[in-house]
Amino acid sequence: MARMKFLCDADRCIECNACVTACKNEHEVPWGINRRRVVTINDGNPGERSVSMACMHCTDAPCAAVCPVNCFYTTADAVVLHSKDLCIGCGYCFYACPFGAPQYPKVGNFGSRGKMDKCTFCAGGPEADHSKEEYAKYGSNRLAEGKLPLCAEMCSTKSLLAGDGEIIAQIYKERVAKRGYGSGAWGWQTAYRESIAT
Amino acid sequence: MGKLLAQLRIALGALALMLVFAISSPVSAQLQQQPSNPNPTAASVKEEQLLRELQRVQGRVSIPDSKSGVLEQPQGRDWRHFHEVTLRWIAGIAIVGMLVLLVVFYLARGMVRLESGRSGRRIVRFTAFERLVHWMTATCFLVLAFSGLNITFGKVILLPLVGPSAFTTWSELAKYAHNYLSFPFTIGVAMIFLMWVAGNIPNAVDAEWIKRGGGIVGHDHPPAYRFNAGQKMIYWIVVLGGTASAITGYLLMFPFYATGIEGMQTAQVIHGVVGGLFFAAMLGHIYIGTIGMEGAFEAMGEGTVDLNFAKEHHRLWLEDEMARVGPNQSQTQPVASPAE
Repeated sequence: MARMKFLCDADRCIECNACVTACKNEHEVPWGINRRRVVTINDGNPGERSVSMACMHCTDAPCAAVCPVNCFYTTADAVVLHSKDLCIGCGYCFYACPFGAPQYPKVGNFGSRGKMDKCTFCAGGPEADHSKEEYAKYGSNRLAEGKLPLCAEMCSTKSLLAGDGEIIAQIYKERVAKRGYGSGAWGWQTAYRESIAT
Repeated sequence: MGKLLAQLRIALGALALMLVFAISSPVSAQLQQQPSNPNPTAASVKEEQLLRELQRVQGRVSIPDSKSGVLEQPQGRDWRHFHEVTLRWIAGIAIVGMLVLLVVFYLARGMVRLESGRSGRRIVRFTAFERLVHWMTATCFLVLAFSGLNITFGKVILLPLVGPSAFTTWSELAKYAHNYLSFPFTIGVAMIFLMWVAGNIPNAVDAEWIKRGGGIVGHDHPPAYRFNAGQKMIYWIVVLGGTASAITGYLLMFPFYATGIEGMQTAQVIHGVVGGLFFAAMLGHIYIGTIGMEGAFEAMGEGTVDLNFAKEHHRLWLEDEMARVGPNQSQTQPVASPAE
């Protein structure tokens, strides 16, 4: 089985936000919720970099560890998913997540959080693959169709890579070797406790 | 001579030429080098450096949710360790330790009896309003305590017993109860503070009371006004613990109103630790107010205590009351058993 990961080549990202739009459209993500976002660091200055970020599907995921109702599970492809039937919307995964991935619809009074929503690596949820319930809660399940996450698939500069960690790391290494530079795999050290030696 | 001059001219010209080359050559070398070997990363922001210096990576996003501009903040890993390990130990030791202590104490000492028996005459200790505030706060506290403990210990203790579906139903209800009952609880703590603050300022009598161990062991009855030093301690635990719980709780309940993620992690740490210790302290309070001491529950239950209870445990308060209303006023009445 593959070990699925995301890798954003920050030297290629042009902050077009196509990944953000693709994600929102593919999964019909409600207004106010963003499973993916593009953050521009040092914006407007020489040396600025943009990084597309969503759930990194961490190794030994902190969200899963702190969840008081154990609603997270890891698939055979190492994708970190959760059950919206079990989630109570307490917000603890958001305190633990290094990448700000968990999102909550605002329901009810004051800051009341609804069921958590996050990137599924286009792998749906615990319901039957391609079922109506699965789509309504988690969006489409492209992985079950043999396709990779749409954000990476339609990235215009192929900055965002998604797939088996070893393969995308190899692609990135070859790129860096060929062009002679690379700012590294953003978030990998935090998410997977490893970086790509280039 | 002419030949020498010509030679000098050539030599000078060669020198000048060399100088020109010497100045221009690095420039041309640079110009040739740049397109073939650029390294934009050398001048760009670096993740490792940002994390090392700022402990977070933050930028700008074009979506309306500006707080999502925080790209990375790995300290959630530390908070995870606190929540999953440290807090369980702190709260676990405090609560289980207190329970063990109380059981051992009860077995050794038993209920503290009224040494002079019951006099049959009673004195008002807490008004109906005081009792209402007490019980409102107490009820909210118990619901808050158990729903809060559920977040820390539920998945270890309860989840394996009832299964994920039932556990989620209970936990979601508990979450709502925790959120909503925080309001009456906070009001209750504020009222307790105002209502009893006058009687809870530490004074010289407390030092004496503490020196004599409160008469917990043996048959000693150190004098006390309306509240003895032990009760004052409970009072300040409730007021300060309640305030800390309320402030940190509302920071968590209203995410991003006042703090970012780091602030919420800190708030949760304080909320968890204070909550655990608060609950342990209240177990002691519940013990002494029920099975720990004869006649104590009546004070908060019916609002009156037996005159002998007041004499033994709050002598100075009783003297004040007697002086205020006189021993034969309506404040103390013989208990009339109702006619069958």
